Amino acid sequence: MSKPLKQIHLAAHFPGVNNTTVWSDPAAGSHIEFSSFAHFARTAERAKFDFLFLAEGLRLREQGGKIYDLDVVGRPDTFTVLAALAAVTDRLGLTGTINSTFNEPYEVARQFASLDHLSGGRSAWNVVTSWDAFTGENFRRGGFLPKEERYARAKEFLATAGELFDSWHGDEIVADQATGVFLRDAKAGAFVHQGPQFDIHGQFDVPRSPQGRPVIFQAGDSEEGREFAASGADAIFSRYASWDDGRAFYRDVKSRLAKYGRRDDQLLILPAATFVLGDTDAEAEELAHEVRRQQVSGATAIKHLEFVWNRDLSSYDPEGPLPDIDPDTGEDHIARGRAQVRMYRDPLATAREWRELAAANNWSIRDLVIHTGNRQTFVGSPATVAKTINEFVQGDVSDGFILVPHITPGGLDPFADKVVPLLQEQGVFRADYEGTTLRDHLGLDHPDEARERRVAS
Amino acid sequence: MSSTPSAPLHLAVALDGAGWHPAAWREPVSRPRELFTAGYWAALVAEAERGLLDFVTFEDGLGLQSSHPFEPDERTDQVRGRLDAVLTAARIAPLTRHIGLVPTVVVTHTEPFHISKAIATLDYVSSGRAGLRVRVDARPNEAAHFGRRTVPAIDLDDLPAAREAVAGLFEEAADYVEVVRRLWDSWEDDAEIRDVATGRFIDRDKLHYIDFEGRHFSVKGPSITPRPPQGQPPVSALAHHTVPYRLVARQTDIGYVTPQDADEARAIVAEIRAEQEAAGRDGEPLHVFGDLVVFLDDDAATASARRDRLDELAGEPYSSDAPVFTGTPAQLADTLQELAEAGLTGFRLRPAAAGHDLPAVSRKLVPELQRRGAFRQAYEADTLRGLLGLTRPANRYAATV
Repeated sequence: MSKPLKQIHLAAHFPGVNNTTVWSDPAAGSHIEFSSFAHFARTAERAKFDFLFLAEGLRLREQGGKIYDLDVVGRPDTFTVLAALAAVTDRLGLTGTINSTFNEPYEVARQFASLDHLSGGRSAWNVVTSWDAFTGENFRRGGFLPKEERYARAKEFLATAGELFDSWHGDEIVADQATGVFLRDAKAGAFVHQGPQFDIHGQFDVPRSPQGRPVIFQAGDSEEGREFAASGADAIFSRYASWDDGRAFYRDVKSRLAKYGRRDDQLLILPAATFVLGDTDAEAEELAHEVRRQQVSGATAIKHLEFVWNRDLSSYDPEGPLPDIDPDTGEDHIARGRAQVRMYRDPLATAREWRELAAANNWSIRDLVIHTGNRQTFVGSPATVAKTINEFVQGDVSDGFILVPHITPGGLDPFADKVVPLLQEQGVFRADYEGTTLRDHLGLDHPDEARERRVAS
Repeated sequence: MSSTPSAPLHLAVALDGAGWHPAAWREPVSRPRELFTAGYWAALVAEAERGLLDFVTFEDGLGLQSSHPFEPDERTDQVRGRLDAVLTAARIAPLTRHIGLVPTVVVTHTEPFHISKAIATLDYVSSGRAGLRVRVDARPNEAAHFGRRTVPAIDLDDLPAAREAVAGLFEEAADYVEVVRRLWDSWEDDAEIRDVATGRFIDRDKLHYIDFEGRHFSVKGPSITPRPPQGQPPVSALAHHTVPYRLVARQTDIGYVTPQDADEARAIVAEIRAEQEAAGRDGEPLHVFGDLVVFLDDDAATASARRDRLDELAGEPYSSDAPVFTGTPAQLADTLQELAEAGLTGFRLRPAAAGHDLPAVSRKLVPELQRRGAFRQAYEADTLRGLLGLTRPANRYAATV
């Protein structure tokens, strides 16, 4: 008997503040106005997507000591936009990235439990960590957290929030008008947590929400991050969307589940993926190249090179050859407030490789950056893209994808209109929502069911 | 009743659970099992908007409600549990069009950076109808929910120490509002330029570090969220004494006060105006609203009987920091106009039972005030500042020509 077809999970990432987002296109709308978010969410819901995803950054990016001005700058507050989107959608999951370093468990648990109530069980939390004093300058705490402690804090933060979510069991509110009993138990919500990061106690004040706990996403890629995800996350927002890397990551992470007593389907792997559609594959290829050129202007190319060189390269011509000087391998000081910089772990080797590539192909700085930057994940006609996505999911590259359109807010529309119906025809993507909560869409147990199952086994 | 025409009143309603009387949830009209649903709050705000009210406030705290001022009370016969006020307001924003949405935020344990962008975002999702009501938190049990600081215990038998503790919390609140406001201004209105020719999305000279350094925290800025549609969403605070009056005078657009009669109202308004002048804000519009708990019925005896019935259910007579009004819409209109003549510019009514007294405000009191020419006939502005007669302020960081 052949393996049953996997059902694909699809999500929509609101275009972010990096150069994937093409703001210069005439079709590009506001990244702040609520109408953009509402349009994007309605498209995702029309296409029966699992959820919408919002990223977050708590300090504006800087490069060379100045606020970075070449990409989209500015975004709204994650929780507040998600709560408002709950009013204009009925089923779509609402996933927010919330930092565990510059928040406190009581407040974040309160916000997610509230969002879960206000959305009828559609909230999800992408837990991220940071340690930099740069971002800390915006907060009471400042840059207090040693880098090596960030996962310790994230883990304990998540565990503590879990204790707060579980401090109400769901049967406390009686609200019997005749007898005058509102609460069954005066100690509803009681909690005590004592640990190295948090020493708190009291009574949580938001009753059990529809999903019990928000769905938990994890995005880190380190050994520690993978183990952290395997031990308790519901989904991973990964960056491995290509065939080989994706399959390797998928195998690696899923193989870690057994030791935590978890099944393969209890942790979904959902990489970020970009796409360009055309009427034909050839047209899509041409468009994809044009989008890359829009994403990498000459000025952007120079700034991108500075991530590797860790130097001010503003005097170089983006249409000219790569710099002869070597990268500064000292402490990162050029770019602050972005994760991208840390991708280049050996800048001297990267610089050498890039110079060779540029020389061999007669590439300018801008050509080099366009060619070495991430190609779009899926390029082709709707039929090609639908077929590829299905092959990738059935081939265990992932359990689905978090799509990142490059145009706000309409970039998702062609995918919804042209690709989704093909996936539905193939029987690998839902024709309609079957449940009401995000856990339903993702096929995840309610935490109470999961607990009962553990107790029973 | 006064027959002199006066400036139209501003009216707000304070939403809290099933209403302000602790037994309100037991009224047949209440829906206590729906308190934690969006639909419940949407219905209340729609009712307030039907009455053309300026805004609603949402009560909030960082722990279970308690009948004791500084400790949990472990009662099971009253509403306990609450949803986050900012998120509740945001959830309602797309469902309403005119009414202002003013969530309560505890400043003692939260981050001004987060709250500044949250209220800015509420302003975006409501197209300019956001406000903010700040409050301090002196409950040791709520400080233990955060574990980051202890708040000085307020001992009412040791008044000087209690005053000092309270003064410290309010001083921090003033810094907090200062940071929130600077962050709202940290982007100039025209900072987003989308200049395709130069590839620049923003003009970074129009973004500003706020570089706030105070006793309790430092915040660098700029905000991650552009300046909200209103520029500065109105900030408000409830105040009962000189220390909070000073916060109202220095940092807010609306103070909620609780005078028992017109004389006291006159004295409080005089004190706030003097503080306002001392803070160098004389001439700036600053609303002083009277807070009243209201039991409203078509005849006074019914209102009074309802109050008695609720008191009996609660097991004790209702008392409040604010004056408690029991009577008819016409009597309440008389009271409000009398207080307005003493200098109050508006009122924040606290419905004793939301399911009963909120519709009584929107469907009985409002028409009564309209007949007297004391309240709007239709919404005359698109923003909360507009409804309150506040112009859109210039940005403190914008270069003056």
